Amino acid sequence: MKVAVLKFPGSNCDQDALFSLRDDLGVGAEYVWHEEHSLAGFDAVFVPGGFSYGDYLRCGAMASRAPVMDAVKKFAAEGRPVIGACNGFQILCEAGLLPGALLLNAAQRFICRDVFLKAENHASMWTQGVDKVLRIPIAHGEGRYVIDAETLKKIEGSGQIAFRYVTAEGQRSAEANPNGSTDDIAGVLNEGGNVLGLMPHPERATKELLGSTDGFAILNGLRLVVANL
Amino acid sequence: MLTVRVYVTLKPSLLDSAGRTVSGSLQKLGYTELKGARIGKLIELEVDSYDEARVREMCDKLLANPVIEDYRIEAPETVTA
Repeated sequence: MKVAVLKFPGSNCDQDALFSLRDDLGVGAEYVWHEEHSLAGFDAVFVPGGFSYGDYLRCGAMASRAPVMDAVKKFAAEGRPVIGACNGFQILCEAGLLPGALLLNAAQRFICRDVFLKAENHASMWTQGVDKVLRIPIAHGEGRYVIDAETLKKIEGSGQIAFRYVTAEGQRSAEANPNGSTDDIAGVLNEGGNVLGLMPHPERATKELLGSTDGFAILNGLRLVVANL
Repeated sequence: MLTVRVYVTLKPSLLDSAGRTVSGSLQKLGYTELKGARIGKLIELEVDSYDEARVREMCDKLLANPVIEDYRIEAPETVTA
C-alpha cells in the first residue's frame, strides 16, 4: 500500500509523517506536491501539519483550494482513507470535508506538549483500534475546535466525534482541554468515517525515543483499511 | 482602478481570544469604560470593474469561512481614501 503525504508551501510535518509511515508503521509513503491533480496509485492520504501559506487569511484556507484538494475530495467521496493532523485538520475543515473550524487557542498561546485522548467512536477505520487513553503531542496556536450547536448535535448523534481531550485517567475536565475546544473535541470524522482530522500529531508518537508509540493505535487503521479494500 | 472593501468578522457567538487580550490590555491602560473588543479583517480589493455578485463569490469561495465568519462588502463608490 502507498500513502500520499501532501506537501503545501509551508508544510513542515511532511517529513515526520513520511518517516513515521514508512519507517515505523512500515507502509509505503510518497510526497505529493499540492499542484498535482491526481492521486492515482495511492491507497490513502495524509495531510500533514505546518503553516501552509503562512496561515495567511485563515489556517488552511489557501491550501484547501489547491489543485490536489480536488483529487482528495474525490478520493474521500469514494470512501478511501484520509487523515489530517494539525494544519492538515484545519485544511480538511476549510475544504468542507469535515464539519467545524479551528480558531486561536482560548489562552492565546502556542501550546506544545503531550495531551491525552479518548476515542469516542470505536467503529471507524481510524478509531477501531483505540482501546485505551492515548498520549500524543500537540503543537499549535490555532486548535480551538468550534462548531455551531445544531451541527454539534448532529455529529454527536452520527458518531463523528472521533477523539476528546481527557485526563491521563480518561476523565473529561477543563484542565485536560488545552485550547478551549468546544465539548473537548480533539478530532472529528466525516459522515462515512473514512476522513479523520485531529489537532494532535499521531505521526510524532510512533517511536519510543520520542516518548510515545500511541500514534500507532490511530495509524494502524491504515493497514486495516487497505486490507479490506 | 476601483477599491472594494470587504470586512470579515468573527461570528458574535464565538470567543475572539485575540480581541479579549487587546481589550484586557486597554483596560490595564486605564480605559475602564471598555467592555470588550473584537478583531476582524479589512481586505481591500483592487478591481477594474465592480460587480457585487463576483465580489460576493470571492468572499464565499475564499475570503470568509461561513462556519465562523460573517462578511460585509463596501462598494467602490462609498470607499473614501
